[in-house]
Amino acid sequence: MRWTAIKIARAGITMWLVVTFVFFVLRISGDPTDMLLPDDIDQATRDFYRRLWGLDQPLLTQYWSYLMALVQGDFGISFRNNLDAYDLVMERVPKTLLLTGTALIISLAIGIPLGILAALYRDSWLDRGVMAVAVFGFSMPNFFLGILLILVFSLQLRVLPSSGSGTWAHLIMPAATLGISFAAQFARYTRSSMIDVLSKPYMRTARSKGAGPGRRVTLHAVPNASVPIVTILGFKIGELIGGAVITETVFAWPGIGRLLTTAVGSRDLAVVQCIMILLALTMVTANAITDLIYGWIDPRVRVGAGATQK
Amino acid sequence: MLLHVEDLAVTIDRRAKTPVRPVRGVSLTVDAGTTVAIVGESGCGKSMTCLAISGLLPARGRVSAGQIILQGQDLAALDAKSAMALRRASMASVFQDATGGLNPVRSIGWQIAEAVRLRVGATRAEAAKEAVRLLGRVGLPEPERRAREYPHQFSGGMNQRAMIALAIAGSPKLLIADEATTALDVTVQAQILDLIGDLRDSLGMGVIFVTHDLGLVAQYAEQIVVMYAGRVVERAETAALFAAPRHPYAQALLTSLPSAAKPAERLPTIEGVVPPIDALPPGCAFAPRCSRANHICSQEDPVLLGGVACHNIQVMA
Repeated sequence: MRWTAIKIARAGITMWLVVTFVFFVLRISGDPTDMLLPDDIDQATRDFYRRLWGLDQPLLTQYWSYLMALVQGDFGISFRNNLDAYDLVMERVPKTLLLTGTALIISLAIGIPLGILAALYRDSWLDRGVMAVAVFGFSMPNFFLGILLILVFSLQLRVLPSSGSGTWAHLIMPAATLGISFAAQFARYTRSSMIDVLSKPYMRTARSKGAGPGRRVTLHAVPNASVPIVTILGFKIGELIGGAVITETVFAWPGIGRLLTTAVGSRDLAVVQCIMILLALTMVTANAITDLIYGWIDPRVRVGAGATQK
Repeated sequence: MLLHVEDLAVTIDRRAKTPVRPVRGVSLTVDAGTTVAIVGESGCGKSMTCLAISGLLPARGRVSAGQIILQGQDLAALDAKSAMALRRASMASVFQDATGGLNPVRSIGWQIAEAVRLRVGATRAEAAKEAVRLLGRVGLPEPERRAREYPHQFSGGMNQRAMIALAIAGSPKLLIADEATTALDVTVQAQILDLIGDLRDSLGMGVIFVTHDLGLVAQYAEQIVVMYAGRVVERAETAALFAAPRHPYAQALLTSLPSAAKPAERLPTIEGVVPPIDALPPGCAFAPRCSRANHICSQEDPVLLGGVACHNIQVMA
């Protein structure tokens, strides 16, 4: 109970720090009206908009009223089209979830089995092959891989659409672009984790029981090897979102990432802040879920299970 | 005759180096209901001998010569699957690091029940019940509750008891205890030894007990095999060995045992160290540390004759 309370309090502080940081950095970096309004506009109009958006107020006053509104669930109004920032962002969420979710599933479905195989056939041609492809996979920057895919599949072969999100065919290239580098990383983590576990004395015990190779891998090695992988998975969620920003821009995928790039470019403060809060919340939730899964697979960290001591 | 090992050799292949032979011609016999102790310093090949017998050699290791005859069947003559089935049905091993030897993410009961199911093919529920019974058999209090716990919740001694419960699942004919008490406190050590002895008598198991502590096995083993640098240097009944050790190495091991008779004296030690297996001296491997070595010792490796392998001992034919 106390443990949960501490977790929640810590998450709250994290969120507040993110909000504060984003708020001040965005305002220090320049006057939004410079970006949003045409250059040749007269000072009176400019002042009108500054008053409308509250930019004429002292910074701390702005911060305070922003926080107060936020607590009541009001994320502010987009400077660009006068719509509620929250609604603007939420409209994009399903697309980003679809993209990142597909990429995550692809990367786990490819990376983990390949990593397990590489560890089982360590130093064989299979292992070397998988690791060579993995190095290639994660050394390749997202934007480069994306453009490469567009060149090959959209321009040369003309089999896949290069931008948009209308059909399933639209999903293939962005999800592959985002998923491949993660698949490569998961393959490497899984391999090293499995190699570590396979040399443990309990694996010999399993062998001495007469457990066959399949049983030893699935029931003895993999549950142990998955402990560090789950930990890494929590961190990777953040990178996945970062990757989505780039991938969405390359493929004109109408998700949060592309909204963020345009909003930052045009200093649409309310939208940027709303996205940052959402991302921070996602990270905090991802970490909390990681902790839960961690306790579920590893009895040594299970809360409350250590009631009987040696 | 439960197990007969004849002239066993183990070779380990190494990448870009010449292979090494940690076991070079070991013979021993284990009968049902008796204990054979394999004694020697670290690196003498006793663990490798056991791993070869139980088919648990590391990936680069292989039996390069000799025979392992288990319950009348030559293991080398069987295909891999039948050899594994025979081993699974008739032998089990207990190792030194019991806590590391148990899977940290599985409950103790699950791990023992798995052994039951693999060895005798029981249903899940039967196996779980049998696991609890076995935990009680090895002297764990409250076995039903303990079966649901995990290795990190057990002490080292409790984990070793759990390992023994796991090993005796399905009543194997042969138990190999490889330094099974080495990592434990002295009092726990005695308890585990007593438990193994008790199980041997009640289940009629043959036991191979591997240790570097000669004093430990005096009252538990019928026969002692002394190993040095991958070879058997002396093999004798326990009483005979303690009364009159013949090989200089066995003599040295015995005199370096602490005894209650002369408590004030400093214990004699054996000068030097066991040679590394990839740099064995020519001839008798013990010669460089042996006070009685002469020119023939460093030229010819003595063979095991009448239970002892030494050039300086005349064996009555």
